[in-house]
Amino acid sequence: MISAAEETEGVGIPRLNIGEWIEAGVDWVNENLEWLFNLIQTIVSTLTDGLDDLLNTPDALVLAVVFSLLAWLVKDWKLALLSIVMLVFVISIDQWENAMTTLALVAVAAAIALAIAIPLGIWAARSDRVSGAVRPVMDLMQTMPAFVWLVPVVTLFSIGVTGGVIATIIFALPPGVRFTELGIRQVDSEVVEAGHAFGSTPRQILLRIQLPLALQTIMAGVNQVIMLSLSMAVIAGLVGAGGLGNEVTRAIGSLDIGLGFEAGLAVVVLAIYLDRMTAAIGRGGMVSGRASKLVRRRLDAHRSATRGRAMGQV
Amino acid sequence: MNSSTAEPAVSARNVFKAFGKRPQEIVRRIKDGADRNDLTDLGTAAVIDASFDVQPGEVFVVMGLSGSGKSTLIRMVNGLLPPTAGSIEVGGEDIARLSDRDLRRIRREKVSMVFQHFALLPHRTVGQNAGYALEIQGLNRSDRERKTEEALKMVGLDGWGGSMPDELSGGMRQRVGLARALAAGTEVMLMDEAFSALDPLIRREMQDQLVELQEQLGKTILFITHDLNEAMRLGDRIAMMRDGRTVQIGTSEQILNDPANDYVAQFVQDVDRTRVLTAGGIMEPPVAVLGTEQGPRTAHKLMREHQTNVLAVVDRSKKLHGFVHEAAIAAAVSQGANTLDGLMQPAPSVHADTPLVELMTQAAEHETGLAVIDGAGRLEGIIARVTLLNALAEPKHAGHDSTESMVAS
Repeated sequence: MISAAEETEGVGIPRLNIGEWIEAGVDWVNENLEWLFNLIQTIVSTLTDGLDDLLNTPDALVLAVVFSLLAWLVKDWKLALLSIVMLVFVISIDQWENAMTTLALVAVAAAIALAIAIPLGIWAARSDRVSGAVRPVMDLMQTMPAFVWLVPVVTLFSIGVTGGVIATIIFALPPGVRFTELGIRQVDSEVVEAGHAFGSTPRQILLRIQLPLALQTIMAGVNQVIMLSLSMAVIAGLVGAGGLGNEVTRAIGSLDIGLGFEAGLAVVVLAIYLDRMTAAIGRGGMVSGRASKLVRRRLDAHRSATRGRAMGQV
Repeated sequence: MNSSTAEPAVSARNVFKAFGKRPQEIVRRIKDGADRNDLTDLGTAAVIDASFDVQPGEVFVVMGLSGSGKSTLIRMVNGLLPPTAGSIEVGGEDIARLSDRDLRRIRREKVSMVFQHFALLPHRTVGQNAGYALEIQGLNRSDRERKTEEALKMVGLDGWGGSMPDELSGGMRQRVGLARALAAGTEVMLMDEAFSALDPLIRREMQDQLVELQEQLGKTILFITHDLNEAMRLGDRIAMMRDGRTVQIGTSEQILNDPANDYVAQFVQDVDRTRVLTAGGIMEPPVAVLGTEQGPRTAHKLMREHQTNVLAVVDRSKKLHGFVHEAAIAAAVSQGANTLDGLMQPAPSVHADTPLVELMTQAAEHETGLAVIDGAGRLEGIIARVTLLNALAEPKHAGHDSTESMVAS
């Protein structure tokens, strides 16, 4: 128990029992807010399991082709070709089902992380006080060794996919906040001033000027969130989150080199695919890429049509 | 206060702006006579006690070097920066006392702005940029597109609406910035170093275009610049700023001929006076004129009385008919002629707003000097060669001694 008399290396410096206090805090939260954690558990596990089932329902090859087509829409045929080759490789090493489970976990964790991070980043960009308060919290979340988050998470959610998702969110959230704040703060102040000068409301300035101009930086943050989610999702295998993480954990436990590398390579494939996809969406904003070209062409056609109509009236 | 005269479009009274932790304290100390350089611990006094009126349709140029407070001053007119003390009225409403909501209304309806680095939205087309103000005003799409096209046409960019800003040259981008402000349809336009980022040829072109547009539109324009030639070319009146204070407010001729202090004098010494000064500014009232119905004898008498060898001949409505020369008059008197028939010569005449540079050739050809006439051909004044030469000389050489009378309050 807490004994204030306990000595430390430094003479006269009492031992602070921070560990015990945090433990006590987590216990208290666990006892008193159980309903909340049950709710979170229900929502998160439903989402993740649902997505997992969805991804594992169609034939592996069909889904691989769909992913490849997506790559073609977002970027070009080269990425599409690379994707289909890599994804077929995952099927061939028999890690497809695990990869889809991990993808579901990453998708849910990243989506929740971004849903929290982007509004928080916007808020921090608009208020120095919020920014000052958020920064140390982000530092703590990001630099605390990833494994440490697993312990309280297991206490609160027990072993399983929810704990994995929550630990992943905590670990992957900070870059989302930071990049959003940075992106908005970096928008040319003269352009923002122009927005004010023509009488825009703060909301109009955010939606029509700041967010569009910060989009590239925010997308870089989204990319980081997704990549960190993936790395944490594998670590979360330790708490039974399932998917490739489980395979890796199992390989470590049984010193199975072959299994370890197979699961590891599947993680690499997922990482490359997700990275290239988010990077392509981010870099292009809504400018390059086949999909946006198609959209643009239709918009142009529409615009010239309306102009023609307007000319006709004159 | 002066409700009887036309109400100024923009009216600033004792406006102060200080930056720092305790702006009020800075203003109080400066009002008590402290120098702003002694208050740098407390913060910066960017604008000190500025008062001016801008009349509707006037181009009012605020001129000063960087750090003189001119950009701060212009930003207080549309409330981008709230003044620390004093009042700024736009169309009768005090900007400093308005709520955020009313301030936005003023910005939408009364004051638009053109920026030094254009401040276009890179993700929007030229047309969408030019129509931004209209979008914020809540106009429907078809009205917006029509007005945007009109504005783009005014600045010579018709047909460019679908391009992206990064496909345009600097001059063209600023035209988009100008079109955006014009499309807003506000009476007052603020132009913050609008042409300073452009290279000299383009800048000149834009200045000419602005003058042309202004003749059509008659906006009230507050124009900020650090380029005195630009100020003199564009400004109906110029406010010279230094270290946060307005040193002098006046027409370009007043500033050129009666600089309020050494600083202004030094500033204007490099100005090409022949392009700023106009015929109307240097002309002198004719010492004597001859009526069309008067005869050679009267002419001879007037010439002797006034020690001149040439006279302008005008009719009853003061319309100029020509010059008569001493030699011709002397001959006519000795021949006993009674009328001026055949004695008059066409007078070289110019208008009051002609810059001196355009008078040189005519002045060289006619030793009689030049007549200044108005639009109806009525005589307004005379420019002798010696007057022209005097005007080109620096004011101190020309004998202007007391200059302190023009100091702005």
